[in-house]
Amino acid sequence: MAAFTNFILVCGGTGCEAAKADQIFKNLIHECEHQGVKDKVQVVKTGCFGFCEQGPIVKVLPEEAFYVQVTPEDAKEIVSEHIVKGREVSRLLYDKSESKKRAQIDEMDFYQKQFRVVLRNCGVIDPEQINEYLARDGYVGLEKALFDMKPDDIIEELKTSGLRGRGGAGFPTWMKWNFTKKVEDDQKYVVCNADEGDPGAYMDRSTLEGDPHSILEAMTIAGYTVGANYGYIYIRAEYPLAIRRLKIAMDQAREYGVLGDNILGSGFNFDIEIRLGAGAFVCGEETALLRSIEGERGMPTPRPPFPATKGVFDQPTVINNVETWANVPIIVMKGGEWFSKIGSEDSKGTKVFALTGKIRNSGLVEVPMGTTLREIVFDIGGGIPDGKEFKAVQTGGPSGGVITKDYLDTPIDYVHLQELGSIMGSGGMIVMDEDDCMVDVSKFYLGFTVDESCGKCAPCRVGGRTLYNILDRITQGEGEMEDLDKIKSIGHAMQKASLCGLGQTAPNPILSTMHYFEDEYKAHIKDKRCPSGHCKNLISYHILADKCIGCGLCARKCPVNAINGEIRQLHSIDQDICIKCGECYNVCKFDAVYVR
Amino acid sequence: MAKMTLEELRKLREEQKESLSRRSTENKDIQIIVGMGTCGIAAGAKETLNAFIEELEEQDLKTVRVTQTGCMGLCYVEPTVEVVMPDMPDVIYGNVDPEIARKIIRKHILNKTMVNDHVFDRPAADIVEEGGDQ
Repeated sequence: MAAFTNFILVCGGTGCEAAKADQIFKNLIHECEHQGVKDKVQVVKTGCFGFCEQGPIVKVLPEEAFYVQVTPEDAKEIVSEHIVKGREVSRLLYDKSESKKRAQIDEMDFYQKQFRVVLRNCGVIDPEQINEYLARDGYVGLEKALFDMKPDDIIEELKTSGLRGRGGAGFPTWMKWNFTKKVEDDQKYVVCNADEGDPGAYMDRSTLEGDPHSILEAMTIAGYTVGANYGYIYIRAEYPLAIRRLKIAMDQAREYGVLGDNILGSGFNFDIEIRLGAGAFVCGEETALLRSIEGERGMPTPRPPFPATKGVFDQPTVINNVETWANVPIIVMKGGEWFSKIGSEDSKGTKVFALTGKIRNSGLVEVPMGTTLREIVFDIGGGIPDGKEFKAVQTGGPSGGVITKDYLDTPIDYVHLQELGSIMGSGGMIVMDEDDCMVDVSKFYLGFTVDESCGKCAPCRVGGRTLYNILDRITQGEGEMEDLDKIKSIGHAMQKASLCGLGQTAPNPILSTMHYFEDEYKAHIKDKRCPSGHCKNLISYHILADKCIGCGLCARKCPVNAINGEIRQLHSIDQDICIKCGECYNVCKFDAVYVR
Repeated sequence: MAKMTLEELRKLREEQKESLSRRSTENKDIQIIVGMGTCGIAAGAKETLNAFIEELEEQDLKTVRVTQTGCMGLCYVEPTVEVVMPDMPDVIYGNVDPEIARKIIRKHILNKTMVNDHVFDRPAADIVEEGGDQ
C-alpha cells in the first residue's frame, strides 16, 4: 500500500468534542474522499491537546500546522487548500502574536504555552544511558566551566541569568554561590535538596527520574565555582526509582571521568554521595536537612549563620533544590543572557508545576515565569472536569495560599504571588472546584504541618495544634465568631516567632482562605452550614417528594440501610442512622436526593 | 570504558548525536520509547513494555528498539509511548495499555497508520534541538 503523506489530527478531547469535533472529523474524511486524496491522508482522532480554550483543534502533519477554533464547515477548505494545494489556511492558524513572550527566544514559533528548560530531557532521553545525555549536549556546560571559564565568570553568568532558587523562597542563586565562594576554607560542600515533601508535588522526583545527569553536572559545576570537592544529594527513601537512576548515573559519570578525581584531565576533583531521608517534611528546610546529613535529628537551627558560611559539618555549603540545579548546566552552556530572556521582569526562566486536583489534564507543566494562572489551568490543564466551576488554586502546598477566580489573570512569578498572599513554593498546584470546602482544605494543610512539626519551637508546636483544634471545631459546627480573630492573632504570632519556614508559613493556608473566603467561614460558624456541602457534621441528605419515583436504587445502595420506602412510593432518609456518605446522592438518576 | 579526556568526550558526544538523530531518514531503526517514570509505571507501563516485546517477537520484527524514558509531563494519559520511525511523523501515544501496544505495532509500525484516539501532543518545543549552541 502507498504510505500516507499527510496526517490530519483532530482533537477528540471532551472540550473539543463538545464543540463538534466529531462532525469536523467526519467532514474531513468525507472531503478527503470527495477530493480524491483519501489514499494520501489519514484523518486521526487524538486525545486532548490541552489547548481546550482554543478548540476545536486540528493539526496537520508533517507541516505541524496548528489550526484553532475550527468549525465543521472549515473541513473543505483545510483539505482543498492545505492538502491538495499545499497552502496553509492562514485564517485558522493559531495567532502567534499572542505568544510573543515566548517567541522572542530565538524567534521560535510556538503554539504551545509550555517552554521546557528544566524538563528539557525528561521524556526524551533514556535516563539510564549517559550516552543519550551526552547526545543532548550533556556535560557541555561542565566542559565550558572547567576549561573556558573562571569561577568568577560562572558567578557572573548566573547573575546575568537572574536565576532564583526554585525551592520556595526564591533567593538569587548567584548570591548563595558567591557567599560560599568568598569564604576561605579548605573544605566546602555542595548539597542538592531533593527532599520534596509538599502534598501533590512531584517535580523534583520526575526531574531526577528523567534526567539525573543534569543534577550531577550542575553540582560539579558548583563545586568548581565555589571550591568544593564533595557533594551530597539528600533524597527521601520513598523515591526508589529516582535513587536507582541517580546511582546508575553516578556510576556512569565516574566511569566516563566526568565525576571523581581529575575530571576530564582538568585536575579538578569532585564526587557526590547520596544520603537518604526518612521522609520528614521539616528536613526539606535547609538547616534541618544539613543536620540530617550529619546523622543528627532533623531539626532546624537558627539562621544566621547561613549554610553558605557554616553548613554541613560546620563547613561552607552551597545548597540548592533539584529544579534550581537542573537550570544550571543550560545557563552555563547557553549563557546567562539567553536564560534572562525567558520569564518576567523580576522572575527569570521557567517554573515547573505539578498540576493536580480538579483538573482535566493533570501532569507536569513547565511554563515561563509570568504565565497567567488562566493559561495554566485552562489552556494547558484543559479546565475543570464535569462542567464544574473553578473555585481556587492552592500554590506552595502547606506553606502557600489560595488564588481565586478574580486573580486568574495574575502573572505567576515571585512578586505577584507574594502580593496575593501565596508563595511560589516548590511548585505544587492543586486546583479546587465548587465542591471543595475552603475551611476543610485549610484544615487538611494544617493537619499536615501539625503532624510534620519537629516540635523544637513553641510557636509552631503549640500554635499549630491550637489552630487545628479551632478549625476542627468550626467544621463540626461548634465555631464561634471570636474564633476568627483568634486564628488571625495566633497565625500572625506563628509567622513572626517560629524558628523555621515550616512554622512561619504553616498559618498561610488559613489566613489566605480566610481572606478570600470569609463568607464561607462565617457560614460554618453562624449558620452552621457548609456551602459546598463538604463538612459532614453540617450537612444532611434529603429526598425531594416531587422527583422521587420510588425506584429503590438509593435504598439498595445505602451501606447502613438508612433509607426506607415501598417500591414506587416516596422514600425517606432516617437522619439518625445516615452516615452522610453521599452514595444515595451519587446513584440517584432523577436528582431526587439533595444536600442541605 | 576508561576515564576520558576532553577530546575523547567531545568525540563521543558527536558520535552519539549522530546515532540519536532520530529524524535522519538514513537511520532505518524504529524506536518505541516508553515513559517509565513513577507515574508511567504506576499506570501500567511495565505491562505495556512487556506487551511491546511479546508482540515484536510474535511479528518477528528485529529492527525495532524498545527503550525507556522519564516522565513527559502528560501524567493524565500515562502510560505514554513515543514511536519514531522513517516515513512517519514522530507520534506520542497516551493511555497505552497492552492491547493498544499491540495495535501500535500492527497498525502504526507495520501498516503506517496511526491508532485513533490515542495520539497526543508533545507538550513543548525542544530547546536543545532547536536552540543549538551559542
